[in-house]
Amino acid sequence: MKAFTTLDGLVVPIDRSNVDTDAIIPKQFLKSIRRTGFGPNLFDAWRYLDEGQPEQDNSKRPLNPDFVLNQPRYQGAQVLLARENFGCGSSREHAPWALDDYGIRALVAPSFADIFYNNCFKNGVLPIVLPADVVDGLFREVAASPGYRLRIDLAAQTVITPSGASHGFSVDEFRKYCLLNGLDEIGLTLRHADEIRAYEARRAQREPWIFGGAA
Amino acid sequence: MNPLSLYEKLWQAHVVREEPDGTALIYIDRHLVHEVTSPQAFEGLRIAGRALWRRDSILATADHNTPTTDQKVIADPVSRLQVSTLDQNCRDYHITEFPMGDHRQGIVHVIGPEQGATLPGMTVVCGDSHTSTHGAFAALAMGIGTSEVEHVLATQTLLARKSKTMRVQVEGSLPRGVTAKDVALAIIGHIGTAGGTGHAIEFAGSAIRSLSMEGRMTVCNMAIEAGARAGMVAVDETTIAYLKGRPFAPGGARWDAAVAYWRTLHSDEGARFDRVVTLDASRIEPLVTWGTSPEMVTTVGGRVPDPAAESDATRREGMERALRYMALQPGMAITDIAIDKVFIGSCTNSRIEDLRAAAAVVKGRKVAANVKLALVVPGSGLVKSAAEAEGLDRIFIEAGFEWRNPGCSMCLGMNDDRLSPGERCASTSNRNFEGRQGAGSRTHLVSPQMAAAAAVSGHFADVRTFLN
Ligand code: SF4
Repeated sequence: MKAFTTLDGLVVPIDRSNVDTDAIIPKQFLKSIRRTGFGPNLFDAWRYLDEGQPEQDNSKRPLNPDFVLNQPRYQGAQVLLARENFGCGSSREHAPWALDDYGIRALVAPSFADIFYNNCFKNGVLPIVLPADVVDGLFREVAASPGYRLRIDLAAQTVITPSGASHGFSVDEFRKYCLLNGLDEIGLTLRHADEIRAYEARRAQREPWIFGGAA
Repeated sequence: MNPLSLYEKLWQAHVVREEPDGTALIYIDRHLVHEVTSPQAFEGLRIAGRALWRRDSILATADHNTPTTDQKVIADPVSRLQVSTLDQNCRDYHITEFPMGDHRQGIVHVIGPEQGATLPGMTVVCGDSHTSTHGAFAALAMGIGTSEVEHVLATQTLLARKSKTMRVQVEGSLPRGVTAKDVALAIIGHIGTAGGTGHAIEFAGSAIRSLSMEGRMTVCNMAIEAGARAGMVAVDETTIAYLKGRPFAPGGARWDAAVAYWRTLHSDEGARFDRVVTLDASRIEPLVTWGTSPEMVTTVGGRVPDPAAESDATRREGMERALRYMALQPGMAITDIAIDKVFIGSCTNSRIEDLRAAAAVVKGRKVAANVKLALVVPGSGLVKSAAEAEGLDRIFIEAGFEWRNPGCSMCLGMNDDRLSPGERCASTSNRNFEGRQGAGSRTHLVSPQMAAAAAVSGHFADVRTFLN
């Protein structure tokens, strides 16, 4: 997994609550059997005026000029500012893959849907929860100042605004450790293979019907 | 002994080890796999040169891309490749699969319970958010992402943290014409789509206990729409009776030992919950969603709400956007909303009981002239043949419905079954998001009976007036 330590990134605001994973990456792109290449189709239905199809040349498609990602001032954004319950809906990891492929490295919102939140960490994308009033203030500041950036420091667990205001955020120790070091979780878990086998043996005693397929 | 909730019992029974910060390695008993969220996981396994930990924990099927018409080969080459990739992975790793054409194939959340592959006391995962469905069997069932699918394939465990607990207590008896789907929508309307975030929900109370397993699955299925990653119901006689004799369920002496253990899978008297919500079943009515989030829901006798009456600015803008997208006016009666298509299916409502309930409304009636397409898509091949044995297919076909082959179908339109831009659908599925059933599609979530009533009326109609 890709490590995340610090980031000084341009912020793009998506000012709607309950942004679902169908909006982040529509279902027709889920037919791909790859993990990469989803960036051009991030927020596809909002970003383009036509209906996108997989394996299409997106550079020729008509853009929706009203959508934030298409506005010149937000080109190159690495931080996505969002409202509550961002990433609700399906478990598709294509959502963080699309964000990552587009270049988004961190997300800031008052709340995230659980599965999406998990999926971000697995892909080196940092989801940050800040209080709703702080996020509200950030939305106002972004709107008022083109080129608005946030400095994010995972080790210190802080988000720092251009005016120097610092907002602390919480993150599970274990996730932080994995993300800071870009660790492969499967490799880490397999170091405990003996414990898993011992557990399996205990379960097989207690609930033998769990093991073995159809009778 | 400390009284424990059902969730705490399931959690404790599966912890392999725990990090100091509370992150735990949870053992996974059953892994359900479908074609959309697994190819990258198998690829990851291959690239890292890792073995599969326990292949007998896995049951695989293709459901999202599969055609529901009688084509033997999927026309869309991208969909075809995704399905054949699953078939190939199952062959390579010797995984039990119900591929396209197998009479047991169907929506992964329908076939797991149907086969007895989902059992009480299990941890069940699938790369699909509606895995919460399986919690109806007092299993700890969670949707996971593709990286986690790979983690489970390679280690049989998941890294997880204990959730907070919520008990949703539905007491009393449901009025006629009110179903498990209305209960689910009523709960979501009450707590909101983020109401269950960070929680595992236990559905309890006399109204839940009186539901069949099919009904309980419908309620647990939509726990994810309430923001919860897991929903569950305690074991009782209904659970045990459902499981007896299923292909993957234990037999002989093992059955008795299993049942004895399963009977302990309920919350103890006095168990603590982080949040308790109570609903009065007798006051739930048939519901219809009007917006682009499942919490945007009202009674069939109600009206489209007016955003002007909403004081919170973000919520107001959300309502305005939803009404624009749905092309609805504030104050409009729900029963005045005309529909273009009807979809009866999905992992929420495609089981035999759902089809029976819809058929009872449809029987002897005709699909209204303004309805361009009314689809019934059974959840599995076995549901389909059971329905045909009862003659339900004839009832639907005579009324003007199309009777299709199993799959996810128009729930998300990854195959050819979808809405055209601007089309409005009465759908028994679980999500009414923008574009969910096709670009520009407009979805109204309802119960199977309500979808049937809408089909024969051409607009939403109160199913209670159809029942005598
Ligand atoms: S029926 Fe719909 S919600 Fe259920 S698994 Fe299929 S696509 Fe997902």
